[in-house]
Amino acid sequence: MAAYDIIDHTYDVIVVGAGGAGLRAAVGLAEAGLKTACLTKVFPTRSHTVAAQGGISAALGNMGQDDWRWHMYDTVKGADWLGDQDAIEYMCKEGPAAIIELEHYGVPFSRTDAGTIYQRAFGGMTAEFGKRIIQRTCAAADRTGHAILHTLYQQSLKHDVEFFIEYFSLGLIMENGVCCGVMAWNLDDGTVHRFRAHLVILATGGYGRAYFSATSAHTCTGDGNAMVLEAGLPLQDVEFVQFHPTGIYGSGVLITEGARGEGGFLVNSQGERYMERYAPNAKDLASRDVVSRASTIEILEGRGVGPNKDHVFLHLDHLDPKILEERLPGISESAHVFAGVDVTRQPIPVIPTVHYNMGGIPTNYLGEVLIRKGDDPDCVVPGLMAIGEAACVSVHGANRLGSNSLLDLVVFGRAAAIRAAQVVKPNTSHAPLKARAGDEAVAKLDYYRHVKGKLPTAAIRLSMQKVMQANCAVFRTGEVMAEGVRKLEEVRQSMSEIGVTDRSMIWNSDLMETLELDNLMQQAICTMHAAANRKESRGGHAREDFKNRDDANWMKHTLVSYDKKTGKVSIDYRPVHAYTLTDEVEYIPPKARTY
Amino acid sequence: MAEFTLPQNSKVRPGKTHAAPTGAKRTKKFKVYRWNPDDKKNPQVDIYEVDLDSCGPMILDGLIKIKNEIDSTLTFRRSCREGVCGSCAMNIDGTNTLACTKAIGNVKGDVKVYPLPHLPVVKDLVPNLNTFYAQYKSIKPWLQSESPPPPDRERKQSPDERKKLDGLWECILCASCSTSCPSYWWNGERYLGPAILLQAYRFLVDSRDEATGERLDNLEDPFRLYRCHTILNCTKTCPKGLNPAKAIAEIKKMMVERQV
Repeated sequence: MAAYDIIDHTYDVIVVGAGGAGLRAAVGLAEAGLKTACLTKVFPTRSHTVAAQGGISAALGNMGQDDWRWHMYDTVKGADWLGDQDAIEYMCKEGPAAIIELEHYGVPFSRTDAGTIYQRAFGGMTAEFGKRIIQRTCAAADRTGHAILHTLYQQSLKHDVEFFIEYFSLGLIMENGVCCGVMAWNLDDGTVHRFRAHLVILATGGYGRAYFSATSAHTCTGDGNAMVLEAGLPLQDVEFVQFHPTGIYGSGVLITEGARGEGGFLVNSQGERYMERYAPNAKDLASRDVVSRASTIEILEGRGVGPNKDHVFLHLDHLDPKILEERLPGISESAHVFAGVDVTRQPIPVIPTVHYNMGGIPTNYLGEVLIRKGDDPDCVVPGLMAIGEAACVSVHGANRLGSNSLLDLVVFGRAAAIRAAQVVKPNTSHAPLKARAGDEAVAKLDYYRHVKGKLPTAAIRLSMQKVMQANCAVFRTGEVMAEGVRKLEEVRQSMSEIGVTDRSMIWNSDLMETLELDNLMQQAICTMHAAANRKESRGGHAREDFKNRDDANWMKHTLVSYDKKTGKVSIDYRPVHAYTLTDEVEYIPPKARTY
Repeated sequence: MAEFTLPQNSKVRPGKTHAAPTGAKRTKKFKVYRWNPDDKKNPQVDIYEVDLDSCGPMILDGLIKIKNEIDSTLTFRRSCREGVCGSCAMNIDGTNTLACTKAIGNVKGDVKVYPLPHLPVVKDLVPNLNTFYAQYKSIKPWLQSESPPPPDRERKQSPDERKKLDGLWECILCASCSTSCPSYWWNGERYLGPAILLQAYRFLVDSRDEATGERLDNLEDPFRLYRCHTILNCTKTCPKGLNPAKAIAEIKKMMVERQV
């Protein structure tokens, strides 16, 4: 291995990732007086939170009576009873305060005539425990993620958060099961850094790019999830991958569910509003897994639109052009640029597209990472926390409701900062690290930097993405997934023939993409194995050979660990928390899920 | 006689040509600026012939295809690929814009791709934006108010008050406008440039913000604001269709109004 000079840093807390969750945590940590650094591989406002469109849920009740307990019920039901109800209670109860805080920070929310925050209808959001659709999703036009991310970045500037921008994280430093820091590579000048900290908070987002077609940004490669796997810790519930019903056909660019919240609807080739058949009450505002399955069935049964009958149409052309201009300007622009469609006159061609990872790093509602140790399924890993899409708290269970993810970011970003301030006293001294701490991460960088095989990174990545797309999609069977497991193993083995051509250290994006592929590959394999292993249908995991939810055997979280040397996956379980946090609300027992 | 020398790396040499694969029927030449900080050589323009029949519609699709299939050393920033993150701002066909929303079909002739102008280049199409970001921070781009907000409710803001923020808050900080501005080229250290001034105005007109006086004081300077000479390149180039020039004019009006 070539010699690398390593630059050392010492902080109380390191946040990895500067999206909505990472920034909210960083602001809270700075407020608490902890010496905090935020590492991010992209400039903060380029994080994928920026692409969230429709809004952020909370029972504010600006458009009529609402109650956080109703929100909790919807979330539990949306999650198909795989969510931990203590965490869901916490999120829904904290929701209104989180929105008010964002408004006070300066988020330019759209307004009602009364001057309060505008809220729109969203899938699965109802009043009185499923009785009727409710307007609960707080919106800044259809650019709510942009509004929130930029505002949080502004707050981080106000609080002088220390950033390390365009630093790519290479791996966690673990000693005796305790996380002591993180290794990172500075793209700008090619230097390698060792960040020592009492606490590392991973806020690295999802891994949508494991699939061929995703609404996710190119940068959504789940780097934190992979670092956790490489540290020998498990991921949870990764078989649950959300397909958003309305990605633009071809490009995969997102069209918000808010489009249906404002009155849009889906039609098949016969011009039928087919959601009326699948979800007689909620119709187009059923939860995402339900709508994506419906669209897939329409296409599979030959009622898709287009020359190949392989997508469906989303109609907005019946809406008042003023509404489109005021509330949906962003998707009007996206539809024009990416589908050549004028939404005031034409439908948008859409298809279910990979959008969100319900699974991730298992945590409690405080953000602390959990493992199972003996009889204790909720054992905290000292020094390590996770928040946002990277984490699996689990508030989204088997299927996330639209507009609950932005809420997840700010509520648990804040919770993690509060917890960190309890655990770490400012400027506590650090025990010395072991000699050569972080060497494994540097060795990985060095290996890929000089690797000379015949297969380009992009070719292997494409093979992996195609397998995930074909063998771990909306509908799954044991046979198709067994084939997926085999094919992914072939792709994994082809990693030994990978070749990188750029050998530099400064902004070597060839190398960075290769490290990201290495990260994606581990998560793809875990996802496929966990999906093949779960023999029931629940939320986003729909099996044709096990069509029903099986609470007796499968109301449990999957824990999946990965041995990188052999490619072997091992599976364990944790019980779902069948209790609430306080007695302000009762446990919501499972029942059949219809919309 | 006075002798003039060109700044370092301003001479761009012709580079390598990568021919289209045999059998490609519909091709387009991408002429791409390359500069590697490691090899001490001047920048060069490499030519890549891209097969459009197996390429997505946008310039970014072309660049990614080049990186994936022809030359993996080509370096550029990209993330959302849908025009909202601002990563892939570059100079395409002579205009600053986002590679992800600029259609290849809208470029006549060869596609010339350069980094955003008048910024230090880190590598290939990746410019150094540190000054731009520092200027953003210098305007204190966060809501400031003396009066405490209601403790458990949002501040009220009427739809009309909120409407004043439209066309301002949507800025994605891609820096296309600032780096298209000749005034910013010459005085980029001291003139804040259109993107930052657009954001300054976003807080000046927010009904919830109470620091108008201090904000204007901070801009009252021969350079920070007044180096705008209404050239309007900013408005012309903005890939999000925003109008920074108008925002700057509004700030100038506020300056005048507070003096009378």
